[in-house]
Amino acid sequence: MANPMLASNQRETFDIIQPGHDYTSITEKITGISMSPKVSPVWLLGVIFALGMAGVMATGMIITILFGVGVWGNNQPNGWGFDIINFVWWIGIGHAGTLISAILLLLHQNWRTSINRFAEAMTLFAVVQAGMYPLLHVGRHQYAYWMFPLPNSMELWPNFRSPLMWDVFAISTYLTVSAVFWYVGLVPDLATLRDRSTSRMAKVLFGMAALGWRGSALHWRRYMQVYLLLAGLSTPLVLSVHTIVSFDFAVGIVPGWHSTIFPPYFVAGAVFAGFAMTILLSVPLRAVCNLRDVITMRHLENMGKVMLATGLIVFYGYIMEVFFGAYSSNKYELYMTFNNRMFGPYAWSYWMLIVCNGIIPQVLWMKKCRTSIPCLVAVSISVSIGMWLERFVIIVTSLSFDFMPSSWALYHPTHIDWMIYLGTMGFFTLLFLLFCRILPVISIAEMRELIHHQKHVHGGHDAPGSHQHAHSHASH
Amino acid sequence: MSQTLAHSSAAEAGLQPLYGISVEFDDPEALVEAARKTRDAGYKRVEGYSPFPIEALSEALGQHQVEVPWLMFGAGIAGGVGGFGLLAVTSAWLYPVNIGGRALIPWAQFIPITFECTVLLAALTGVAAMFVLNGLPEPYHPIFNAPNFDGVSSDRFFLCVEARDKQFDAEATRKFLEGLGGLQVSEVRESKK
Repeated sequence: MANPMLASNQRETFDIIQPGHDYTSITEKITGISMSPKVSPVWLLGVIFALGMAGVMATGMIITILFGVGVWGNNQPNGWGFDIINFVWWIGIGHAGTLISAILLLLHQNWRTSINRFAEAMTLFAVVQAGMYPLLHVGRHQYAYWMFPLPNSMELWPNFRSPLMWDVFAISTYLTVSAVFWYVGLVPDLATLRDRSTSRMAKVLFGMAALGWRGSALHWRRYMQVYLLLAGLSTPLVLSVHTIVSFDFAVGIVPGWHSTIFPPYFVAGAVFAGFAMTILLSVPLRAVCNLRDVITMRHLENMGKVMLATGLIVFYGYIMEVFFGAYSSNKYELYMTFNNRMFGPYAWSYWMLIVCNGIIPQVLWMKKCRTSIPCLVAVSISVSIGMWLERFVIIVTSLSFDFMPSSWALYHPTHIDWMIYLGTMGFFTLLFLLFCRILPVISIAEMRELIHHQKHVHGGHDAPGSHQHAHSHASH
Repeated sequence: MSQTLAHSSAAEAGLQPLYGISVEFDDPEALVEAARKTRDAGYKRVEGYSPFPIEALSEALGQHQVEVPWLMFGAGIAGGVGGFGLLAVTSAWLYPVNIGGRALIPWAQFIPITFECTVLLAALTGVAAMFVLNGLPEPYHPIFNAPNFDGVSSDRFFLCVEARDKQFDAEATRKFLEGLGGLQVSEVRESKK
């Protein structure tokens, strides 16, 4: 049978989902990606490359564990360096996933459906990268459990008034809740994979993971209750996480850190960076897995809009930082803002940050740019670099030139710092590629719900293909 | 009574006991309509199965369960009280440190951890409650024996009247379900053999 879907697959659409999909075709389409026996050479090359990079990361980490944190560029006065920059960068990237899966769900933004699964996966994998940095930074790794709320041998407890301790609670809660939310969302789709697997082993493995899900109405009822409530809990949670990360700085009295604008602008920056990463992941994903009919131009354009909006908040934050510095009349703040950040030895990073995060994203005002994939990718890369620079500027410029000129020193990251940083990108890519191959990259159950909903919106006139149960293997 | 009848006749024929009778649909609206009719006909032990959540189906089947939200609410409160309690007890009683006369329980500085504990406990309890109350994990269930049931995770919709329903009668129920306009009506056995 000539499949109308296949013919129109390559055409870009501004619908949330290309018309013509029904329950059967969407199931086939998405399960087809993970169940196809063919291994795409692009994917394989990606995995090999990512594995190599992850190896570089592992080497850097082993060297750090064997020889201590001294192999890093961190030294007085720069007690924080790449470890904290990258920690904040990765955590921030994760935030878009939660925003898509929770906040947009509560706001009834239908378009989130086809990007929420892999965005949540992105969150999880990004938080995993982030979490490794503080664990390495503690120095004596065998004592990392001292971060838990346990008394030491002198019966002294961790300092619960410290933002660093708040961070331990925030990040571990965030990782746990994100993982659980993701798994709950996966269960019905794992059941789909169980029912459609042909090999015995796949059936058993997916069957175990699906916990015997059978789509019962009462099960769905409780499922939706918990899903919505998790979304409701994740919304303030995600805001709290980056707020607390910003407290790591804002509660300190270091010039350039001690600012009330930090929480909102950190949260906006996190979403900003996260959407950039979501675009960078969805563009190759839709091309390689042939998902242009479900991750449409509408999604890319909407993500561009969110980036523009959050980018403006971030830019406002930069402007306010300068204003606060100037208006404070505090000589340390003034020195930090003007002599140091704008015209000091790290001025290049400050001005690059303004260009990458402040100026370049403004092209997204133009619809032409929001709907052009090369333009969106270029802006996303610029934002990813810009958000990394933001953390670099905040951490390095503030620490290297604090109150005492006698303690001033520049920060120089070492090869090990770079190995771990570039390596985490490889490890992140590796996890993401494995996820794409094994699990449904798009929530199939939610896509069916979307199709059901759209049928009601568009009245009775269904697109060709619905109500037909001819199995359309052509879409593989 | 009818249940024992069904069981004994099944035993005579060398079949597994009857779990229920299912009817298959390919459209969610038809399933909801059928569920409503079945409930109106007086059947109580009726369950619908669908590839995505259908709120109207749950309503048509008269499901009003709200345990999960309440359990989450309770767990959230317990998490908040517990989190704040941990901080207060350790800071004010177990190892009080006088820092320039500042409060031993600075509640404002306790907000972040209290909040995180609230969210963590509520979320974990919610998910655990959902799975436990749903009786999951349960890798095997008799309904899996319904023909075509693997379509329920893709594009098929099922309604099953269970044999333990007081009004269940293998013949009459079958006839009733056949009148609902589904694709096929089938007997579902407790076990395959």
